[in-house]
Amino acid sequence: MNAPLSQPKLFATPQLFDCRDAFAETLEALAATDETVVAVCNDSVGSSKLGGFKTKFPERLVNVGIAEQNMVGVGAGLANGGRLPFVCAAACFLTGRALEQIKADIAYSNANVKLVGISSGMAYGELGPTHHSIEDFAWTRVLPNLPVIAPADRIETAAAIRWAASYAGPCFLRLSRVGVPDLLPEGHVFELGKANLLREGGDVTLIANGTLTHRILTAAKLLAERGIEARVLNMATVRPIDETAIIAAARETGAILTAEEHSIFGGLGSAVAEVVVDHAPVPMKRLGVPGVFAHTGSAEMLLDEYGMTPPAIADAAAALVQRKG
Amino acid sequence: MEINELERMARAIRRRDLEAVYAAGAGHIGGEMSVIDILTALYFRVLKVYPDQPKHPGRDRFVLSKGHTACALYVTLAKRGFLPEEEIATFLAPHSRLNGHPNCNKVPGVETNTGPLGHGLPVAIGMAKAAKLSGAGYHTYVVTGDGEMQEGSNWEAIMAAAQFGLDNLTLVIDHNRFQQGASLADTNGLAPLRPRLEAFGWEVAEINGNAMAEVVPALEHRASRPYCIVAHTNKGHGISFMQDRVDWHHKVPNKDQYEIALAELSEAL
Ligand SMILES: Cc1ncc(C[n+]2csc(CCOP(=O)(O)OP(=O)(O)O)c2C)c(N)n1
Ligand SMILES: [Mg+2]
Repeated sequence: MNAPLSQPKLFATPQLFDCRDAFAETLEALAATDETVVAVCNDSVGSSKLGGFKTKFPERLVNVGIAEQNMVGVGAGLANGGRLPFVCAAACFLTGRALEQIKADIAYSNANVKLVGISSGMAYGELGPTHHSIEDFAWTRVLPNLPVIAPADRIETAAAIRWAASYAGPCFLRLSRVGVPDLLPEGHVFELGKANLLREGGDVTLIANGTLTHRILTAAKLLAERGIEARVLNMATVRPIDETAIIAAARETGAILTAEEHSIFGGLGSAVAEVVVDHAPVPMKRLGVPGVFAHTGSAEMLLDEYGMTPPAIADAAAALVQRKG
Repeated sequence: MEINELERMARAIRRRDLEAVYAAGAGHIGGEMSVIDILTALYFRVLKVYPDQPKHPGRDRFVLSKGHTACALYVTLAKRGFLPEEEIATFLAPHSRLNGHPNCNKVPGVETNTGPLGHGLPVAIGMAKAAKLSGAGYHTYVVTGDGEMQEGSNWEAIMAAAQFGLDNLTLVIDHNRFQQGASLADTNGLAPLRPRLEAFGWEVAEINGNAMAEVVPALEHRASRPYCIVAHTNKGHGISFMQDRVDWHHKVPNKDQYEIALAELSEAL
């Protein structure tokens, strides 16, 4: 775990960025120096921001058409043949449609394939629950050999893509298109299974990843105004989870709140709770999509309605502090 | 309805669809324009449906497998009396039951939820097989996109339909030659579709899917085997600048484009 960031940039630079751009730029830079890098997609050149890659490396873009099971299998074969495939598709179809291929061809076979789920969570908003990917942590984190990573901003996205290219094995990178502010320092290096301490505090710990990290950081600021000092952890890696940071948080702050753009069943909150229950039981609150198919609305609107505005997160954390022994 | 009335209805549906997509600032207008003649012929001439009793057991079944063109289905269902026409104004609005893909638990007349491509045909085969088992006389229709036919699930279903001898099933492929990011030919070309379906034991007809006089008899035809209509259509049909341009898969017209499109569709009314 890193030292706390002295000045999280959130409050200084409220500009929001689409992490897909950082993904695309990084992939193109990697492809320029490593001729084995290939992108595999399912008629998703635009939505995966692979237009630039297609222009620069047309022969290295493998578009199988609208056929996700085939896409993942092809990725496994490309890896077997010595290529370095980044398989890019809407997270809902990549994980939901091709889950058995992910299990058998990628995870079980330990194929060196980077699965990149785009527009995860509820990023597709009004397109509805078929297009929401709020089950993907649950589906993927039970698979051996498959690190599961959800970066919080464009800096961590670029760092995680670079890490993935250098890692000898499969992984699932869960990206969004919902705008997020810069949180991690420029030049940040991604470390698998290591949480980032974004704020020090002793009264309660807030843990999130992806699109929720900036929301919990803002909630921590609101809590401070109420005299509650919250520790804030960005936990991009859902598997292997940072047990050390979670156990320390439980022992040192006595209460843990998690927030995620995912079902409350089986995701980050569940992964944290598994560690807490086994090693250091303390009161917990898991925020997320409450086990329903969401109604019509944008991701931001739905996150707000499901109790994940910064003030609502702060209220939930304050209530949790009351439950401490 | 007679052919000329159906043509008028199709144009009215196109107009309302354009208005709804423009107002919502999102939608899949290209594939909506290509499929509207087929939807109109189905709902205003061919399908035995009961808007006041959407779950009538004897109703013909219709599945819009290319669920991203939901708005066209909503407008057609509203014109046919399944839901209030005013409700179209809520398309994609917060808490509306009319989201970007049809929901059978919320919208009367929708039989099954679609959105992920390659789901409608297997479900339609189950519906047709159920009619065989129960002796029900309803017919099952399903419309897929042509890009959608790249999904392997469709070909598993095509084999099953032939094996089950489903003469009570009609598959319409909206063959507009474009998918999301490019033409089929530049992605994963499936043409010609006819010999492929025939090789799997289906009877196949090829028609101009934007010509009502060809659409109606093709949909009314009954075969002795599973039956597929390869409907040659234009993505963006009816709006000159959208026709056969891939970016209109899900682009939204700006104000000027909207007015030109509205004028073109109104002129034809
Ligand atoms: C399983 C799945 N993969 C990808 C998508 C994203 N998607 C939505 S529409 C579309 C293109 C569909 O093309 P086509 O079937 O030809 O439809 P049409 O031209 O009639 O719009 C794609 C790839 C999806 N909805 N489902
Ligand atoms: Mg098409």
